[in-house]
Amino acid sequence: MVLVWLILILFLGGVIAWMADHIKLGDPRWVAIATLLIAALMLLSYTFSLGATISIGGQDWLASIKVPWISRFGIQFILAMDGLALLMVLLTLFLGVIAVLSSWSEIAERSGFFHFNLLWTLAGVVGVFTALDLFLFFFFWEVMLIPMYFIIAIWGHENRIYAAIKFFIFTQASGLLMLLSMVALVYFHHQNTGQLSFSYFDLLGSSRTGAPAFWLMLGFFIAFVVKLPGVPFHTWLPDAHTQAPTAGSVILAGILLKTGAYGLIRFCLPLFPDASIEFAPTAMILGVVSIIYGAAVAFAQTDVKRLIAYTSISHMGFVLLGLYAFNAQGYQGAVMTMLAHGMTSAALFAFAGAVQHRIHTRDMREMGGFWSSAPRMGAIVLFFSIAALGMPGLANFIGEFLVLVGAFKANSWITVFAVIGLVLAPVYSLLVIQRIFHGKPLVAKEIGDFSSREILMMGLMMLVTIGLGLYPQPVMEIVSTGLQYSGL
Amino acid sequence: MTIEQLVALLPMMIVTAISVVVMMFSAFVSTHRLLNSLSLLGLALALLSLLLAVKVAPIQVTPLILIDRFALFYSGLVLAAGAVVILLSYDYFESSEERTIRVAEYYILLLVAILGGMVLVSASHFAAFFIGLELLGVSLYVLVAYLAPTRLGRLTSLEAGVKYLILSGVASALLLFGIALLYAEFGTLSFIELGRHWQNPEVLNGLFAAAGIGLLLAGVAFKLSLVPFHMWTPDVYEGAPAPSTAFVATVSKGAIFAFLLRFFATTGAFENEMICYALALIAIASMLGGNLLALLQPNVKRILAYSSIAHIGYLLVAFLAASTGKVGTDLVSEAVSFYLVAYFVTTLGAFAVICVLSNNDGQRDVDQLADYRGLFWRAPWLASILTAMLLSLAGIPLTVGFIGKFYVFTLGIEGLLWWLLAALIVGSAIGLYYYLRWIVQMFMQPESQHEGTTGGAVIISLPGYFALLVLAVSLFWLGVYPPPLINLIQTITSL
Repeated sequence: MVLVWLILILFLGGVIAWMADHIKLGDPRWVAIATLLIAALMLLSYTFSLGATISIGGQDWLASIKVPWISRFGIQFILAMDGLALLMVLLTLFLGVIAVLSSWSEIAERSGFFHFNLLWTLAGVVGVFTALDLFLFFFFWEVMLIPMYFIIAIWGHENRIYAAIKFFIFTQASGLLMLLSMVALVYFHHQNTGQLSFSYFDLLGSSRTGAPAFWLMLGFFIAFVVKLPGVPFHTWLPDAHTQAPTAGSVILAGILLKTGAYGLIRFCLPLFPDASIEFAPTAMILGVVSIIYGAAVAFAQTDVKRLIAYTSISHMGFVLLGLYAFNAQGYQGAVMTMLAHGMTSAALFAFAGAVQHRIHTRDMREMGGFWSSAPRMGAIVLFFSIAALGMPGLANFIGEFLVLVGAFKANSWITVFAVIGLVLAPVYSLLVIQRIFHGKPLVAKEIGDFSSREILMMGLMMLVTIGLGLYPQPVMEIVSTGLQYSGL
Repeated sequence: MTIEQLVALLPMMIVTAISVVVMMFSAFVSTHRLLNSLSLLGLALALLSLLLAVKVAPIQVTPLILIDRFALFYSGLVLAAGAVVILLSYDYFESSEERTIRVAEYYILLLVAILGGMVLVSASHFAAFFIGLELLGVSLYVLVAYLAPTRLGRLTSLEAGVKYLILSGVASALLLFGIALLYAEFGTLSFIELGRHWQNPEVLNGLFAAAGIGLLLAGVAFKLSLVPFHMWTPDVYEGAPAPSTAFVATVSKGAIFAFLLRFFATTGAFENEMICYALALIAIASMLGGNLLALLQPNVKRILAYSSIAHIGYLLVAFLAASTGKVGTDLVSEAVSFYLVAYFVTTLGAFAVICVLSNNDGQRDVDQLADYRGLFWRAPWLASILTAMLLSLAGIPLTVGFIGKFYVFTLGIEGLLWWLLAALIVGSAIGLYYYLRWIVQMFMQPESQHEGTTGGAVIISLPGYFALLVLAVSLFWLGVYPPPLINLIQTITSL
């Protein structure tokens, strides 16, 4: 039941935030923060009350609920949480708080409706991370799109309508492919075993080899790779990230991209093991292409948010590479990269939003020499840039290192090319610092430094990044218990 | 005529009676409110009498009409849709002096059209089919052109009416010719008898039979506005008054599709490859054509017209699953019925919003995209309902439209209709664009100088509120918890 409460609290919080603004009885921002903190506290107290079962691989699922829904099709309402899902949900709630903090002063109009959409997106994402009935998963997959679409379309920047519609159509079209694969999978399972069920647990057992399995796997793969995003399905991302308001970008980069990777881990790989292994070289090559292409194109950007968006493509290429290496290091590395990238890209987008809020431009050609007027901002952004490029001691390094070790074991030549990404990463990371903080001021002479709210927000993320970088073992144990069930 | 047969005919008799009653009243006491309430009362009585008729179903009443649970379910659907249209018509016609001219004939013709729909879904003989078709069609000719005589009727209303009259007349002629050819070949007009003749699929490849079937399908495809017989749809939707458009979009198409389903199931036409191949091509053309043509439309009613073409195309995918031999007709019937319910709810909802907005503007139908700009900030609930309806048309989860689309997907996969499914996915993706464009318009900031009466707050009266509430609640309830409706449909689907 705790899972249902989690989602319900977020839904209700959104409604309350909107009402609070509508009847002028409260501040929707505080309502949003309160909602997220209540949800997080509830989740944490529940998991700690379970005791040490998180780190011992004995119990498969930390929480679950299973209720018949549309029995005509064998559809049930199944929510369940394992270690991986727990980490993802905690990341979601944490970044939700960051998102609200980052757009504290940015959303002037219709603030209640904005936070309503924000909380409903997060509720949809929590649903995606915990749904284990394929129909329900698709349900939440689509539902998390709509509030995000509104966030981009209403509060975004100059080209927001185009970006929002593109974002929606890409995800929806690929989602329909996934629906096709999903229904076909259930149908074939029904043909083979006589059991009509959309439940993950039932479908996991049936083995499928041969051409049909490959096409079904491809349907799922395309849907998740569009979200990830992997080249060549990535074209929605630069526009969506650039045009979204700050909180939107934080949620998009920090969490929504992770739903694609989560889908691969939870559904695509375990449901189609043979087809996935067959497809692995192609997938790994796609990962490497994303790494290098993302990094190279990032270097050429003048719009700071667009640059960070392309670096997201590059980092998620590491995730794709690690997952299809099919060994423990690859998976651990991929999950660690997901968490680390969530932190760093959220922080960088929050920074970009802060800059845009101050000088009303994202063009780096108009920035320069900000270090003297905003040293704290400079130091914090330097920290996150160094984290993004993979400095040991910080979380991203753990992820990238493990991914490369795992991928090398699987296919050494592809890994050689992936390592080039390690060289390109400092180029774009330090470029950001150099262009914005060093050198001569170009147009904007000065910039206000970070306020205490922004330092609090960044400080929290810095702590997590350092913590994960120095002591990742607990997280890796939590993840490994989760991956066990899926047979990975 | 036995007592049972009379009870089975009770719904139709009530509708007939009430139309005569309205006609009598209109001669003496022609207040709009009275006529509207009488019509609603009659429809409510007819709906209640369905419960009585269910007890005697199935029963053959004259060789022409078969009252079984299928017919009663669809009669109920037609009656409910008609009731919603009447609810919406009240304020629409009340909102302007000029619209209230001769409003009595509107209700009479609407009731006759509903009767025609009920006959169509119960038809088991070509004569009944044609009677129902003409009852529905001829009434619609006038309903579509209803605003033409008024000063504000705009030429589009007259154009729509004349276009519909002529083209529909041609379609009816084609249908008659097809039926005549089939009679010449097989010597019977009853579906069951035809089914016996068609046990051997080869028999349909003869000249008369093939031509007859072809002409029949052409006429039916016209009524269903399938590509390439769809040319009348956007103009008629645009020109007709909004409640009439709602009626044409839902009852007219739904009743014909129900007939098609019954015809194919009873006569076994699913086994003929040639027919099903032709239908498949038409389906793909409709799904792609309907969505592509809607992309650049600035007129909201035309967008809905083209989207309805696409939706009937989607419905045909489920329909054609029966032709593969892998899916039973009861499953197809279940899917088609659910999709039609979803389609009815969604379409009526979208048109309800258009009607309500047009009530506030007594001069014209609010059908330009630009009129919807910033609607969310003026009338949040109305815009939210319209958004929900559009998302349902696009097939987004949480709405009943998604469950319908899911049914179509399931049947397509069970029938292994890969090309049709590909067209379905491509069509849906294309369709998203114009739905999203409309939704985005509602959330944009309104321009500072916005002339016209749609700039102020929107006033919705009681009938409108009621209709919108029922439709919105159905949309979400059936989208999140469809089992009750599914169970109901499963009881009717033994054809």
